[in-house]
Amino acid sequence: MSAATAEALPQRRKPIKVGKVVSRALFYLLIVIILGYILFPFYWAARTSFMPDADIYLTPVQYWPKNFTVQHYINAFSEPTFVRSIANSAIVGVSATLISILIGASAAYALARFNFLGRNVALYLILAMSMFPGISILGSLYTVLQRFHLYNTLYALIIVYLTFALPLMVWIMQSFFRGMPRDLEEAAYVDGASQFQTFWRIMIPLAAPGLATVGILTIMGCWQEYLFALSFLLSSSKWTVPLAIANTGANQASAFQIPWGDQMAETLVVMLPLIAAVLILQRRIISGLTAGAVKG
Amino acid sequence: MSTQPPTPAAVTDAAARAAPARGKHRSLEASSARFAYFMLAPALLCLALVAFYPMVNTVLTSFTDSTFGQNTTKFVGMDNYTKLVQDPAFRTSIWTSLRFTIITVVFEFILGLIIALVVNSSFSGRGAVRAAMLIPWALITVISAAMWKLMYNQIYGVFNDLLVNKLHVLAINQDFLGNPVTALPAVAAIDIWKTTPFIALLLLAGLQLIPSDVYEAADVDGAGKIRTFFSITLPLLMPSILVAVVIRALDALRVFDLFYVLFGQRPDTTTMSIYVQEQIIYFGKVGYGSAVSVALLLIIAVFIAIYVVMTRWSAARS
Amino acid sequence: MASVAYNHVFKRYSAEAVAVKDLSLQILDTEFMVLVGPSGCGKSTALRMLAGLEEISDGEIKIGDRVVNEVPARERDIAMVFQSYALYPHMSVYDNMAFGLKMRRVAKSEIETKVKEASKILGLDNFLKRKPRQLSGGQRQRVALGRAIVRNPQVFLLDEPLSNLDAQLRVETRINLQKLHKDLDATFIYVTHDQVEAMTMGDRIAVMKDGILQQVASPREIYDDPVNMYVAGFIGSPKMNFIPVTVSGNTAKASGFTLELPKAPGIEKGVLGVRPEDLTEVPHEGFPKIEMKVEVVEVLGSDQFLYGKVGSDDVIARLDPQFKVSVGDAVPLHMNMRRLHLFDVGSERAVL
Repeated sequence: MSAATAEALPQRRKPIKVGKVVSRALFYLLIVIILGYILFPFYWAARTSFMPDADIYLTPVQYWPKNFTVQHYINAFSEPTFVRSIANSAIVGVSATLISILIGASAAYALARFNFLGRNVALYLILAMSMFPGISILGSLYTVLQRFHLYNTLYALIIVYLTFALPLMVWIMQSFFRGMPRDLEEAAYVDGASQFQTFWRIMIPLAAPGLATVGILTIMGCWQEYLFALSFLLSSSKWTVPLAIANTGANQASAFQIPWGDQMAETLVVMLPLIAAVLILQRRIISGLTAGAVKG
Repeated sequence: MSTQPPTPAAVTDAAARAAPARGKHRSLEASSARFAYFMLAPALLCLALVAFYPMVNTVLTSFTDSTFGQNTTKFVGMDNYTKLVQDPAFRTSIWTSLRFTIITVVFEFILGLIIALVVNSSFSGRGAVRAAMLIPWALITVISAAMWKLMYNQIYGVFNDLLVNKLHVLAINQDFLGNPVTALPAVAAIDIWKTTPFIALLLLAGLQLIPSDVYEAADVDGAGKIRTFFSITLPLLMPSILVAVVIRALDALRVFDLFYVLFGQRPDTTTMSIYVQEQIIYFGKVGYGSAVSVALLLIIAVFIAIYVVMTRWSAARS
Repeated sequence: MASVAYNHVFKRYSAEAVAVKDLSLQILDTEFMVLVGPSGCGKSTALRMLAGLEEISDGEIKIGDRVVNEVPARERDIAMVFQSYALYPHMSVYDNMAFGLKMRRVAKSEIETKVKEASKILGLDNFLKRKPRQLSGGQRQRVALGRAIVRNPQVFLLDEPLSNLDAQLRVETRINLQKLHKDLDATFIYVTHDQVEAMTMGDRIAVMKDGILQQVASPREIYDDPVNMYVAGFIGSPKMNFIPVTVSGNTAKASGFTLELPKAPGIEKGVLGVRPEDLTEVPHEGFPKIEMKVEVVEVLGSDQFLYGKVGSDDVIARLDPQFKVSVGDAVPLHMNMRRLHLFDVGSERAVL
């Protein structure tokens, strides 16, 4: 709009402007409410983690801690079970993810690119796998693990996590491979590459972004898992992070008072790298989530 | 060619040409199929071991009286299933799971849709809000349970302080998790908080697939905002909504960790998964627990069937 | 280098969907053969069967003396340039060119010599370390060529390699490709939908339509003696004029004129084919005169095109631009009888 017309219509412009400002303000208020809803529990955990034990149980509740302490963080890092659990979770998550990339990506490629008898059956079986509840195979898995003397080992968890990691990998990667142009594979065939060389030297490097995406989702899934970890790991030295945090203070003398401060400190210690990873990789994660869900 | 002296390269080429052995060649399709099976085999073998075999085993065990620490196991036919049908605790667990599923899915969908619509409009700081939405999703469920348990505390919990002392909605402090009336809504609230942003992200992706010219056309046609939402946004978003809702429902039906961490084995908060775990691990009733597992599988299979039909349907529509 | 033979080759996707029908075509050693036709005519399928990328439903394909039906693509010793170039995006230009040699276990030093040699020919010396996305369209196209050249294959297959280039670059590359063919002295099989590319590059042209080979001949022959109406209409721009006629004995009668044919063709209903340049304003001995009502005049400097009607039939004529004519004129034109075509209406085959 030119200056002339703007001056010519002063009466009409003003009410519109006020309405706009109000609706814009309401809109930002809504966003603040949404952010508050999402982030308040984190604030509360952080607040608690910096408060001396005595203050946590005090009423009236302190919304901003009066006394700061880092004692809970010191406790967290001097608790061997907790420190060990981070390493355990990392070992399990990374191993399960690498194995599922190794055997899942090749299966996804086969399903995406080749026509063969039983292809659809395999595809739907794998999809169904990802949706069935882990609990329903708990008892049988227990028997299997006992037979192979894997009960109460991290190997057990790595293998068991493949039940959800593999279907996820296969399902997302096959849609990723489908989206890649066929020309490249044909060029590789003509260049003298075998089907496996084509897969390994052409398709896998090109699928790296997709693999990274699924890899992140898989690690997150392993990091979260509780039921299998709870059922198959006995000794606290084998515990993963969820078990360690859920059991914080379980072996302390004051068992009836939950050590909130320590637990929240551990929570923050585990969460911060996770949040950093999520923020750095958010584009990949979102594309992975939507590829898995929206495209189906 | 004949005028060219044979270079070393040409010689190697000729050797390479002669190399392929006769007879080993198959047709293109047959060799492709063979390769595909070869590529698929490790994954299928692995799944067979950790998923199919246990699944089949669970079904078989459900027809026996298998019990931990008992050496003899005998076939009992449908006994476990007849018992199951008459088991009030099992019915309660189904009801608990269903109520939890309905509450969480409804709230997650409505809140998720609102958040998605808000975040879909452009404003400064949109990327930051979208990133923040991922954080609860990435949080370990067990941790979020602990965080909320603290906030729910009857004496020094922030919710009681807000509702009793600040807003004066409640007269006295409540034990949200202990009280059977509020326990389920309270645990549902945790799941809603953790998962709504995830649903919002899925719906947001669906919203961004709707081409902007559709909205422009509606604007030109003089449709109002609400009219546009109901006659354009919602129908076009339907495939995303259906998929998101079914995925969430499947997750909610098999919920375990939230309830286990917050309540342990409490009769009024026993979900289907908890009930199975209780029967097998605590009581060692592997046979009966397996029957419960199979029932749970069947219930979930119904939802999967719905999901498959829906994806086919939405694929056929687009 | 080697010859290539298609012997009664079929490609069926289903009972109804037949992409290539009974294709028999002999391609000579070191020949530049162009397969041309509209999209969906089966030319690409024919090429892809030769490359080993599509199964051959029936018949046999030979490279040299070897039947390759059951030989996988990688053992056929051919090289292919794809329409999309299909460069490996994660590899440098050097690695793209070297890949085929590596797969064949050629020694490292030899790979280096060959890649350097090919990149010199193609002017890619300075780009060897770049990734394909850092190259222009023309450079990518040359890398695709280079990837084929280093392999020193028996046959080069080119699938519409120029269609992603802009018009000017296309002409340039067309000429370079011809030079390259001469330098390499290799067998080239080139698929295109562009009749100009076909005419300018091919030693011989194979025209295809609906999966059926229509005619194989040198460009000159295809242009001068098309075997049927399809080939006649496909090759040449502007298109050959088609004028329906009724024939009795050796007299052909059109809506606007009557013509004495050199001999009786033995058909009753026909279509007369006259190329626009075979109509001239200059009277010639034995060139019958027809009258054209001019509707549009296009002067292109070197040429002048008249669009109009002879009787009730649409006709295009290509005349000397010096000839003065304006819309609405009735221009007398003379038809070059020696270059006249007559097609049977039913079979569309050339009968004269």
